[in-house]
Amino acid sequence: MLTRRSLLTAGLLLTLAGPGLAQTPERFIVVSSTTSTQDSGLFGHLLPLFKAKTGIEVRVVSQGTGQALDTGRRGDADVVFVHARAQEEKFVGEGFGVERKPVMYNDFVLIGPKSDPAGIRGSKDIATALKAIQEKQAAFVSRGDRSGTHSAELGLWKLAGIEIEKTKGTWYREIGQGMGAALNTAGAMSAYVLADRGTWLSFRNRGDLEITVEGDRRLFNQYGVMLVNPAKHPHVKQADGQAFVDWLVSTEGQKAISEYKIGGEQLFFPNAAQPGA
Amino acid sequence: MEFGAAISAALGLMMSLDPGFLGIVSLAVRVTLSAVLLAAVIGLPLGAMIALARFPGRTFVIILINALMGLPPVVAGLGLFLLLSRTGPLGPLGWLFTPAAMIAAQTVLVLPIVVALTRQVVEDLWLEYREHLTSMGLTGFRAIPTLLWDGRFSLATALLAGFGRASAEVGAVLIVGGNIAGYTRTMTTAIALETSKGDLPLALGLGMVLLVLTLAINAVAYGASRIGARFAG
Repeated sequence: MLTRRSLLTAGLLLTLAGPGLAQTPERFIVVSSTTSTQDSGLFGHLLPLFKAKTGIEVRVVSQGTGQALDTGRRGDADVVFVHARAQEEKFVGEGFGVERKPVMYNDFVLIGPKSDPAGIRGSKDIATALKAIQEKQAAFVSRGDRSGTHSAELGLWKLAGIEIEKTKGTWYREIGQGMGAALNTAGAMSAYVLADRGTWLSFRNRGDLEITVEGDRRLFNQYGVMLVNPAKHPHVKQADGQAFVDWLVSTEGQKAISEYKIGGEQLFFPNAAQPGA
Repeated sequence: MEFGAAISAALGLMMSLDPGFLGIVSLAVRVTLSAVLLAAVIGLPLGAMIALARFPGRTFVIILINALMGLPPVVAGLGLFLLLSRTGPLGPLGWLFTPAAMIAAQTVLVLPIVVALTRQVVEDLWLEYREHLTSMGLTGFRAIPTLLWDGRFSLATALLAGFGRASAEVGAVLIVGGNIAGYTRTMTTAIALETSKGDLPLALGLGMVLLVLTLAINAVAYGASRIGARFAG
């Protein structure tokens, strides 16, 4: 009996101490970011470059922008890298972030079924397109998850003069999930959906979907990065976190961002130097 | 068509021995086995004690543990998340978004299964062999080791059920692990991620690998118990 128990204990210790679990790297930071930066593959491109230069491992937890900011608020991340300027400024204003720095932008595209029931394909006017969708009651998938894309979508409805909370019917479907899940759902239901271009370009299950509206300046999508405030959360890795923030907006980091391409198409456009971005 | 692509993706993954993929598989196996072992170390004695002890509220405890077998993983994950978050009571441990948190979450899910099934097995054995054990001087908790040993094959099945629950769940490990590439990404969270990226064949391929893995572990456990049965008579 004794031997059985000690065997069990030994096995347990072995498993727990097995390779990988025990090997915590010397230096790492946790970055809470959005599903778009992760699903588009941008981090897969950037992080090895950053690690090679600084030796700092970056652990990315990808969530919707609202959730990613909450993760920073609770002090569960060292750096927050998201895309919803108003929410970011609120985060810094409340003292949870040190300083928001603009990093890059990409743009949103309105994806829809090839059958185009709202008749908006090729339009460059997002407001008119959304009005047509609402008038025709064409199926529309909303992220519904407080993400950056979700808040951008809500802003665009407002821009089109539509009070979506009051007018939404069964055609407007809030799924409360990430960008990829929303695209999968839209594909399955032949619905329209607002997506960031990066996720769309790297999305593999397009089926019957295509871009219906793009190129409207109001579809620009700005990303910002900020260090979680060490004054609020003393355990935040200030030096290493700041090193990542600084690298993203440095000439080298900005160049790395512009070099990330899928199928020859650039996904993110660095603009750290642009005033007011 | 998708299934064909998925099968070739699964075979490709298993043949390629890609380090990233192997890392995911080995993390998944280590996390789940650790959780099952922890649950066994705590749950086997605890279940046996509940089987033999008589105390006020015992019926309620038994019902509660039986009900916890159905604890939704996402709820377990959320509860643990709030405990382990930097603003939570266990925040200073710094466990959130690490494999340790994932082991803790899976242990919480497996433990009720081990305790509940052990309680049942030991109680039945106790009713059957009570007189015999008492005549050998094994009364009360002193009978526990013998009862556990006699019930070992049923208990192994309980542990396998626990293993199945742990290896199949995604909700809890996603919340407390964060699905960090190369660090806390396991089979199920990788499947969820590939699905959201729209790479359905790869997602399904990963699922097939997970099934093969589960099958292999169950086969090993079954074989071991058969061999054990032959020697133990």
